Amino acid sequence: MPLSPMTEPMAAPPADAAPEPTLRVDGLKVGFGGSQTRLIAVEDISLHISPGRTLALVGESGSGKSVTSLAVIRLLAARGRIVSGRIALRDKAGAVRDLVELDEPALEAVRGNDLGMIFQEPMTSLNPVLTVGEQIAEPIRIHMGLSRRAAMQRAIEMLDRVGIPGAAERARQYPHEFSGGMRQRVTIAIALACDPVLLLADEPTTALDVTVQMQILNLLRSLQQQQGMAMLFVTHNFGVVAEIAHDVSVMYAGQIVEHGTVRQVLKTPRHPYTRGLLACVPQLGTASEHKKQATPLFSIPGMVPSLRDMPRGCRFAARCVHAEARCREATPALETTDTGNIARCIRWNEI
Amino acid sequence: MATTPISHPRAKSPARRALGRFGSKPGAMIGLAVFASLLLLMLVHPLVSGIGPNTIDLRAINQGPSASHWLGTDGVGRDVFARLLEGGRISLLVAVTSSVASLVIGFLIGAVAGLGGRIADAIAMRSVDVAMTLPPVILLLVLASITGPGIGPTILVISLLSWPVLSRLVRSRLLELGQRDFVVASRGMGAGLGHLIWRHALPNSIDILVVFATLQVASAILLEAGLSFLGLGVPPPDASWGNMLFAARSTTVLTNYPWQWMFPGLALVVVVLAINFIGDGLRDAFDPRSEGA
Amino acid sequence: MSEQTDFLSVRGLTKHYVQRGIGRRQTVHALDDVSFTVARGETVGLVGESGSGKTTIGRAILRLIEPTAGQVLLDGTDVTALSPRALRRFRKRMQYVFQDPYASLSPRMTIGEILTEGLVLQGVRGREKRRQMALDALASVDLPADALDRYAFEFSGGQRQRIGIARALVLEPELIVADEPVSALDVSVQAQTINLLRSLQQRNNLTMLFISHDLGVVEYVCDRIIVLFLGRIMEIASSETLLKAPRHPYTRALISAVPGLDPDADRSGQQVLQGDIPNPANPPSGCVFRTRCPHAIDRCAAEVPPLEEVEPGHFKACIRDV
Repeated sequence: MPLSPMTEPMAAPPADAAPEPTLRVDGLKVGFGGSQTRLIAVEDISLHISPGRTLALVGESGSGKSVTSLAVIRLLAARGRIVSGRIALRDKAGAVRDLVELDEPALEAVRGNDLGMIFQEPMTSLNPVLTVGEQIAEPIRIHMGLSRRAAMQRAIEMLDRVGIPGAAERARQYPHEFSGGMRQRVTIAIALACDPVLLLADEPTTALDVTVQMQILNLLRSLQQQQGMAMLFVTHNFGVVAEIAHDVSVMYAGQIVEHGTVRQVLKTPRHPYTRGLLACVPQLGTASEHKKQATPLFSIPGMVPSLRDMPRGCRFAARCVHAEARCREATPALETTDTGNIARCIRWNEI
Repeated sequence: MATTPISHPRAKSPARRALGRFGSKPGAMIGLAVFASLLLLMLVHPLVSGIGPNTIDLRAINQGPSASHWLGTDGVGRDVFARLLEGGRISLLVAVTSSVASLVIGFLIGAVAGLGGRIADAIAMRSVDVAMTLPPVILLLVLASITGPGIGPTILVISLLSWPVLSRLVRSRLLELGQRDFVVASRGMGAGLGHLIWRHALPNSIDILVVFATLQVASAILLEAGLSFLGLGVPPPDASWGNMLFAARSTTVLTNYPWQWMFPGLALVVVVLAINFIGDGLRDAFDPRSEGA
Repeated sequence: MSEQTDFLSVRGLTKHYVQRGIGRRQTVHALDDVSFTVARGETVGLVGESGSGKTTIGRAILRLIEPTAGQVLLDGTDVTALSPRALRRFRKRMQYVFQDPYASLSPRMTIGEILTEGLVLQGVRGREKRRQMALDALASVDLPADALDRYAFEFSGGQRQRIGIARALVLEPELIVADEPVSALDVSVQAQTINLLRSLQQRNNLTMLFISHDLGVVEYVCDRIIVLFLGRIMEIASSETLLKAPRHPYTRALISAVPGLDPDADRSGQQVLQGDIPNPANPPSGCVFRTRCPHAIDRCAAEVPPLEEVEPGHFKACIRDV
């Protein structure tokens, strides 16, 4: 690879993480548009993922979760730019590089190799005119330098590993001959073909039926156990988070508002937004009780503020039942709470 | 980033907003101004000027622009300026009328094909196929032999030849539109074919219609010229831009008397450009989403 | 349920699509012999995965698509037998709420035009009267009056969905088919919309068919639930019974596939269905679920299991008692 690894020493590792995270994002800020009309989509994003761990990035539309994951793989839309921040990836060789500093050829050597990605729509992320086997073999030939025959052999192995029966036969078929769930397995096979250190998964089960979603989540979990990659999992569904994640970052209006282990965030949420989101979802088996008592579903009033018109202070204040005047004065910092969660709320211990 | 910013300034009426969208495009306003002043000139000129389009000035044959003949004269001493305005009236009359006619026919047949169900579609599209396979020259000759040359038959022939392309475009747009939820909703509230065509198909085909109309006006002017050349269009001595251009096609005229073809050509270009700009503005005026973009 | 209280009665509803290709002809079974009844004021959920036919049922009942066979009786009127003209008038009584708030509102019409379109079509006379009815409908979904002269693109997804609900309600229908009305919305907005739908339904004593793939939402909104798989009914029960004591293997698998919020939940008892949903152009013989069913036996392939009442009001289509 024609690049000099930037083996700059990492900042002191945080106490609660393994010493050498695969991905470490510091102070990421992404804007859209020119310098005059720039809108800041996400800011002050810091996160880290260790090998074999899954970080779920949870939020609603407009929260900036997808922008964050696209920034990590440096595939922001044409008008999107990383304004500041570091995205340090520890690659297969163990070298740590800041992806923000890399140029396009260097990035191409990283994408599909050290970084795999799966998307929401399995149909649109596959090329309809190439066989599935060719599409899996392509990154293998490019990044691992295998011959056509050897790459196809590995492609068939990958298909087998993602649970597609009759892999050798299926490798010769085209995407339209696969069902939705099978297609998503194929995109997983492509993403993992080169044994990446980090898998980015952007709502990979949202377009799937629940019974198929469960299969895919189980598959991702077992592949992670086998290959040991770190995973950044973008979703809006807390149920999926409970299934797959080790750690959770909740995003709202372009900021991380709460972070913790999956147990901390789901069982003892400290930010009012997280609490609200969890309460909004009708839970199986309890909903009938709610209905009998004629209690309306808990809902968060209002809606997400526009990027053009971001309020001062806490961005959730306008929708928060606990908001008071001082919430609107300055952006709250991320504070460590009693349960170990990190929350962007100045009143976490009062509510 | 799907959140739509909602600002609530005082609501203006939809019609005023549509006008505003049209007015906010400088091109559209300039196009409209140019087109309107040309039209005005064409209408007013015969009333104020002593020189008619067929007045022959034997002392000035093939003369260049001068004080008495602003744009010069042609080979028999007629004033180019007067003929240009007279020809413009006829050319625009032919072009605009035939474009409107083919627009209406093409849209309606395309709309019935796209929204009227399988049987209507089959019938409409077979008629399109038939119309498309008609050989234009033969159709012309047949029609001309029945009706004789003149403005009316020219308009008829141009209209009959041009609508099928539009029908195809409209049909494919509406086949897709018919599956959209808001059209299904409209059917679910009791809408019949007429309502669907008027309230949904028309506003959602405006972009196609505008593009077609602007192209069609230009091509109708040229088609009329071609017909005149065959002796089937606007017969001499009536002027039209087409027959002025064709009259000036000899090498001698092209090199020695450029005003005889340059000005009609220029007028043609200006009108087509103006109509194009107006078309752009119209398309935006009909599309609320173009606001502020 | 006696014949008198059945406000909506669906009998043997079937929809087949014929796909023609060169030298072959395929029949896609979107819906096969579906029968159920709904009482006035009741909310019934239609649940299933993709290809289950839940949207097809909703649209066939309103005759937005023509069923291949079967009858739909609404308050004693056979909707499937109405002439086109009579059907257009009858549409006032039954309305549809769409899933996608972006596709369901015309981009070229103002909200006022969208809300009064149905009134014009149903012959409500007087511009002022129609405008007032539109304003009332807007108010009932908590939107400001100045929305009337705006366009759909000026509103957020949740607000658009409320406009879609207002459009259905302005005709004062008796039956509403709501097709995944909240699944395109964000969770926080979803809860607002569900609450709104429920309060409107109760206030106007609406009968509602609520189509969804989200069991949690369906349990909260519906009195009874119909579970569909590949165009056939698998199970019908009150929502409480269905979730607490499901009798059909598919219902159980569906419930167990819904991820809960507890990260410590014991997943050992979880049933994960193998394989994919079969192709509706070539459905399995007998029970359509048998190819994915952990309890399938030879007899399942031989006969289509009838929908039998296992206890009062609880029906299942499964020959095995597991």
